[in-house]
Amino acid sequence: MTDTPEKNALDDIPEAVSEPKRRFSIQLVWIIPIVAALIGLSIAVKAYIDRGQVITITFKTGEGLEAGKTKLKYKDVMIGEVKSIAISNDRSHVVVTAEVTKDARGLMVKDTRFWVVRARISGGNVSGLNTLLGGSYIGVEAGTYTEPREDFVGLESPPAVSVDVPGRQFVLHSTEVGSLDTGSPIFFRRMQVGQVVGTELDRDGKGVTVKIFIRSPYDKFIKVNTYFWHASGIDLTLSASGVKVDTESMVSILLGGISFEEPEGKGDAPPAPPNTIFSLYATRDDAAKHAAAVEKFVLVFKESVRGLAVGAPVDLRGVTVGEVTKIDVALNAKGTDFTVPVEIQFYPNHLLPKANGQEKAPETGDRMLRRLLDDMVAHGFRAQIKSASLLTGQLYVALDFVPGTRPAKIDWKADPPRFPTVPGSMEKLQKNLIEIVQRIEKLPLEQIAGDAGTTIRSLDSTLKSADQLLKNMDRNLVPEARSVLIESRQAIDEVKKTLADARQTLGGANGVLAPDAPVQIDLRDTMREVSRAAQSLRVLGDYLEQHPEALIRGKKQEK
Amino acid sequence: MTQVNSGIPSAASNGLCSCHVCRLVSRRSRFSRREHCPRCGATLHFRKPRSIERCWALVIASYILYIPANLLVMMETGSLINYRKDTIVSGVVHLWKTGSWMIAVIVFIASVAIPVLKLFSLTFLLISVQRRSTWRPRQRTRLFRLLEAVGRWSMLDIYVVTLLAALVQLGSLAVVKAGPAAVAFGAVVILTMFATMQFDPRLIWDPLQKEEIHD
Ligand SMILES: [Zn+2]
Repeated sequence: MTDTPEKNALDDIPEAVSEPKRRFSIQLVWIIPIVAALIGLSIAVKAYIDRGQVITITFKTGEGLEAGKTKLKYKDVMIGEVKSIAISNDRSHVVVTAEVTKDARGLMVKDTRFWVVRARISGGNVSGLNTLLGGSYIGVEAGTYTEPREDFVGLESPPAVSVDVPGRQFVLHSTEVGSLDTGSPIFFRRMQVGQVVGTELDRDGKGVTVKIFIRSPYDKFIKVNTYFWHASGIDLTLSASGVKVDTESMVSILLGGISFEEPEGKGDAPPAPPNTIFSLYATRDDAAKHAAAVEKFVLVFKESVRGLAVGAPVDLRGVTVGEVTKIDVALNAKGTDFTVPVEIQFYPNHLLPKANGQEKAPETGDRMLRRLLDDMVAHGFRAQIKSASLLTGQLYVALDFVPGTRPAKIDWKADPPRFPTVPGSMEKLQKNLIEIVQRIEKLPLEQIAGDAGTTIRSLDSTLKSADQLLKNMDRNLVPEARSVLIESRQAIDEVKKTLADARQTLGGANGVLAPDAPVQIDLRDTMREVSRAAQSLRVLGDYLEQHPEALIRGKKQEK
Repeated sequence: MTQVNSGIPSAASNGLCSCHVCRLVSRRSRFSRREHCPRCGATLHFRKPRSIERCWALVIASYILYIPANLLVMMETGSLINYRKDTIVSGVVHLWKTGSWMIAVIVFIASVAIPVLKLFSLTFLLISVQRRSTWRPRQRTRLFRLLEAVGRWSMLDIYVVTLLAALVQLGSLAVVKAGPAAVAFGAVVILTMFATMQFDPRLIWDPLQKEEIHD
C-alpha cells in the first residue's frame, strides 16, 4: 500500500450532502428506563396497597403447610397465603401466620373457620384432589359475626357442612361407629339428604356419639319416633320371592352410611327438635323392633298360667305387639289365695290411631299414649290368657276389647303399671268340658244296651214258634196253602235277616255312647219297626190257629 | 500496544465516513453539521449516534427491571406431589438441593451470572469510554465481543420456561406457568442486548487517537 493510490481513492470518494443544523432534541431512548422505573414503582406500590391483614391460626400439626406457598382459599378463591409457620411456646401446636388479601379482610370475623384441606377419601367423597396438584391449602369459611378478629384456632377436620347450608343437626348414639366417618352420607329412601358431621367416643367409652346434619327441607322428615340404622352393610334376605339384596348404595357399602325411617303407618309424629338424641341401630329390622317405645305392664291373673312362658307373644288380633317378660306367683294379703302377676312389654305405637285427616295438635308421645290407653280400657280393652294350641297347651296373652266386662282402670301408680285382665277363655273351656264329661258319665248306656238285647231275644222266640207252626202246617195243609206258607216263611226270613242286621247295628251302637247320637235314634226306630212286624206275625199265627180254613177260603168277612 | 497504533491515521481523521445503511464511504467537511449519504440519503455518522447516552438508558432500564425479575415469581410448577412458585434464585437453590447440580449451574450461569456480568461489563465499558480511558483497549474490545456473542444465550431461562409452559400442560396433573418475573427477566435480556448493540466499540479506541468524535 502506497500513498499515491490512496490519495486517488480519496479523491474519488463523494462528498456528503450537508443539512442545516437542527436544534438539540431529547433522546427518546430515555423513555425506556423511565417506563422501567414506572413499572418497578407500580409493582412496589401495588405490593404496598395489596398488603393484607396478618392473622394467626393455630393447628395441631403443620402437615402439608409451607410458608410462602400454602394458600388460604375461600370458596376455592385464593384469599391469602401462609407467611410463616412457628411452633407455639408450649410446643403443643403450630402457629401459622398468614396474610389475607385486602379484599378478604371482611371475612376475618369472630366465627370464621379454618381447616387444612388435604386430599382425603371419606364419606363417599374424594375431596381435595386438587390439593394433590396444588398442595394442601387452608380452607376458610366465613363467619356470620361482624366483629373482626385476628387470631384463630384451626379445625382439625374440614367442616362437613358449611354454615350457609340450611338444615338441622341431630345426635345419634351407637355402640360402635362402624365405617362411619365425617362426611358419611345419610339416606332417606335411598336419597342422600345429609351427612355425618362428626364422630366421637363417649366419655365413658361405652359407645359412640355420631353427629349428623340433615339438609333442609329433608330435616322435617326426622320425627320424634324416627329410627336410624347403619346402612353400611349388605342385607341378604332369603324369602319366598327369592334372594333379596338390600343395600343403600355402592358408596355406603364401601364407606358406610346411615339410613332413617319413620315407623310405617304409626300416625304422624311431631318433628324432632334440633339436637334430639336418637339411637343408631345395626340393622333396619333391629331398629324397627327397638325403635318403638316400650311400655311395661303387669297383668294379674287368678287362673293357672301353666303353658305361658317368658317370651310368649302379646297378641292383638293376630299381630304380635309385645312379649311376656316375667311370670311370678304371689300370695294375696289375707293369705287365702294366690295370684299370678305376669309382666309384659309391648310397643304401644302399634296402638296409636292413624291420623286419617284429623290432625291433632301433637302431644308428647307419653301423655298421649296414657290417655289413649285409659280411653281404650274404659271401652273394655282387656288382657286375657288364651291358648295358642290345644295340643301343646301353649298360652299367650291376648289384648282385645272384651264386651260385657266390669269397668276397670289402669293402675298407673304401680310399677310397672297394672293393666286390667279378664279370665281367659281357657278357664271357661275347661269348665264346659268337665260338664260335658259329667253328663256323658250319667248316661244309662248299659241299660239301653240290655233293653235292646231282650227285645231281640223275644223276637227270636216268636220266630221260632212261627217256624214250628209252619212245620205243622206243612204236614196238614194243602199244597196251595203251602205255597202261601213258603212265601210267608220267606218274609219271615227277611225279617230274620233284618233282625240280624239290627243286632249288628246294635253291636255298633254299643260302642257309641252318646245317647243322642243319630245311630241310636235310628236303632230305636228300627227296633220299633221290628217289634211291630213281630206283632203282626203273632196275630197272623193266632188267627190261623183258630181258623185254619182261612188259608183255603180266605179271611171271613166280619159281620 | 496502544502506543503503537496511536500515530496511524483513521478514516475519521481524514474526514471519511461510511454510510450505516449502504456502507458507501463519503467525505465529510463540516463535522458540526448533519450530513447525508450522497447515494441513499441516510444521515451520516462517524460513530453510532448518541451511543453512550442510549446505552446508558438501556442499561439503567435493565438494572431497574432486574429487581422485579429476581423478586417476583419466575415459574409456577405444579405436580401431583407438590406445588412450587420459584423465583430465579429459589429455583436454582431447589435444583441444587434436589441433586440436579448440572442444571442448577447452567440455570445459574444463564439467568444470574450472565445478566449480572453483562450489566456490570456494560457499565464498566460505558464509564471507561466516557472517561476517555486508554486502559487496555484490546481487552475491553474483547470483552465487548464476548458480550455480543453471549447476549442471546442468556435467554436460556426464558426458553426453558416458555418451552416447559408449552409442553407441560397435563391439565390437573402437572402445570408449569411463567410468572411475572419471566416478563421482567425477558425485558432485562432484551434491553441488555439492545444496549450492547448501541455501544460503539470504536469509542474505546478514540481516546488513543486523541480524537474527539461525537456524532
Ligand atoms: Zn448510504
